[in-house]
Amino acid sequence: MSPDRIFNLGFDLATTISILALVSLGLAVIFGMRGVINLAHGEFIMLGAFATLSGTRNGLNIWLAMATAAAVVGLFGIVVERLIIRRLYGRLADTMLATWGLSLIMVQMVENRYGSVTEGIPVPVGNFTVGEFSMSKYSLVLMASAVLGVLATYTIMRRTRYGLLARAATQSSTMAEGLGVNTSVVNMWTFGLGSALAGAAGALLAPVVGVIPTMGQTFIARAFMAVIVGGPSFVLGTVSASGLLGFIENIGTNWFTPVIGQAMLLMAAIVVLRFLPQGITGTRFRR
Amino acid sequence: MAFIRRRVRPTWKALAVATIATALLAAGCGDDEDDDPAPAATSQQETTPAEPDSSSGTDTDSTDNMSSDDPDEAAEPAEPDMSDEPDEPEDSPEPEPAPAEPVNSEPIRVGSLLDETGPLNIYGTPMADATRLAIESINANGGVLGRQLELVALDSKSDQNEYIAGADQLVAEDLAVVHAGITSASREAIRPIFGEAELLYFYNVLYEGGVCDRNTFVTGVVPTQQLQVLIPWAVENYGPRLYVLAADYNYGQISADWVREYAAEAGGEVVGEDFFPLDVAEFGTTISEVQSADPDVVVSVLVGGAHMSFYSQYAASGAEIPVVSTSFGLGSEQVALDAASSEGIVVAYPYFEELDNSTNAAFTAAWQAEYGDNYPYITDLAVYVWEGWHLWADAVNSAGTLDREAVIAELETGTVSFDSPKGTVTMDGPSHHLVQPVSLARANDSNGFDVFETFENIPPSFEQQSCDLVANPDTNEQFTP
Repeated sequence: MSPDRIFNLGFDLATTISILALVSLGLAVIFGMRGVINLAHGEFIMLGAFATLSGTRNGLNIWLAMATAAAVVGLFGIVVERLIIRRLYGRLADTMLATWGLSLIMVQMVENRYGSVTEGIPVPVGNFTVGEFSMSKYSLVLMASAVLGVLATYTIMRRTRYGLLARAATQSSTMAEGLGVNTSVVNMWTFGLGSALAGAAGALLAPVVGVIPTMGQTFIARAFMAVIVGGPSFVLGTVSASGLLGFIENIGTNWFTPVIGQAMLLMAAIVVLRFLPQGITGTRFRR
Repeated sequence: MAFIRRRVRPTWKALAVATIATALLAAGCGDDEDDDPAPAATSQQETTPAEPDSSSGTDTDSTDNMSSDDPDEAAEPAEPDMSDEPDEPEDSPEPEPAPAEPVNSEPIRVGSLLDETGPLNIYGTPMADATRLAIESINANGGVLGRQLELVALDSKSDQNEYIAGADQLVAEDLAVVHAGITSASREAIRPIFGEAELLYFYNVLYEGGVCDRNTFVTGVVPTQQLQVLIPWAVENYGPRLYVLAADYNYGQISADWVREYAAEAGGEVVGEDFFPLDVAEFGTTISEVQSADPDVVVSVLVGGAHMSFYSQYAASGAEIPVVSTSFGLGSEQVALDAASSEGIVVAYPYFEELDNSTNAAFTAAWQAEYGDNYPYITDLAVYVWEGWHLWADAVNSAGTLDREAVIAELETGTVSFDSPKGTVTMDGPSHHLVQPVSLARANDSNGFDVFETFENIPPSFEQQSCDLVANPDTNEQFTP
């Protein structure tokens, strides 16, 4: 295999993994910290994409529009948490039902506002060539964003006072409350952070996917798989699960066909969960 | 951030919120429920009152999207008739004794079942809009047999189960004809239901071809019609080596087979072929493989919202191999994608909004008057729906009766044709498919297409070879190449 082909394969692999990590991270934060399965996660991503679209249409610089979109979705997440989610913590089935309902409402609201198809946004950067392969520079943006997102989440959780309190509220809510932590507010911020990460993922993907109201469904299944396979230590878990699943899918697609690639992805998830029911980080790592 | 302790809330509040959330959820499910009074009026007529109205977002007549502020439309009288007199629920026998109702001024009830919500609505929305416009137009021009049409439109919500429930409901509604279905899976689910009930069925969608069923008429273009135009052009203009990317279900698979056949006929060959499950939205690996195989042209038979990503990722990668497609634009991809991602893609369809003829000018003007000037794009699919309704109406008017056998016989004469916005289309009698023009066009930089060549009267050749319902009326199967 020629060197340019090898570089190209690695580049594709890194892109796949980055996208997987980006779309999973927000879900992982919310699930890992709060035990809430946010079935509207895909729609939070979608909202991020549409917010970016609106931003650029109103003359914002595209990068600025993306940042704004993440913030907007974060705020939206906080509102949702205050109105719905906080009343349902600890009730897994109820949160699933409520967030699924929310997802339907969000799709229809966006559709009423933008219609079922609306004009997309251009890819803001060009492409480059290695050997006989032409590749998108935007993939580099996605990779950098994935790394940045993971590092930022890790830093927030490990190095800030909020992170400390959030982990305390997760590990022993009663004890944290006994020590004077307002867990309700802490949890609100946690949900907001997860939502903002979903929004950022949507914003970053907006130029390279079709921005339509139902786009969330495309990502949610994979994001769930990455989160479940990743296990409780969600930052490390997301990274390792994205890496593993992305690698397997890519190899399958490359050596066989895209159908086999998808099948291998699912097989890998099943195998991992059979032997590591708590996910990759289930036994060894702490949160 | 001040994390100050606050009082724990009583649980009943949480309970109330859960209830509200559930209620919202229910509202979300029936998301297309409209609050016009018409459904109430029909429910009095229902013979099966169980769940139909609330559960499936019925909009019982064409009022839904029709703005009520154009009173000059002849469509309007239809609904007062209905709501004023909820008369004779069961004993208006439509099917057989056509002569028994000589001066009948009651509306003819007709049905439609399309995905107006959910992921398939990128296709379904324009089709549902076309349905309403077609009914309105037929009514404005005197209706069918002098009677107005009344539409029973159900939303199948991109859900296969909703199709089956909806088809059962339509069968129970005592209708003259049903125009329904988008995906091939949905068609195959509901076609037997309508066949069983002897309810005339029109399928107005581009599809993989081969359906041969006496009760079913198809206005959509089939792969042979598109590919016998597109592939020779691609081979001649771009080169003989083709790489096929297709959606992994029967439409994509069968189309890929036809591509191989027409490529060989045109002196080309397929050098690579990949099929994608419908939820794949990441094409990096594939784009590399295409570049690695270095074909002269990429043939895309990718379908649906997720597959849209291919075009933006392909353009972003800077790959310069030209793309032709039999499916690009069906879901208004050229609108949803940035112009740079779609520009230059060559497609072959019967209809483009940009077609330059007087019928199309009138059609687009009527459409925009109804749905606004900045409607994203009147899709090819929308026009099959438009034709389906008009061909049916013309056939009924020629036959002089709503009787299913007589209407089928009329449509099978091969003389029922319609001056469509795309040109003249004619129902081919033996195959129940449409002979229609096919145009080649190139996606331009302003989210539209530039039509550069039109081929008139392209026959559904595979269906004509394999299917003769005049000679063998009992045939009921889907032929595959």
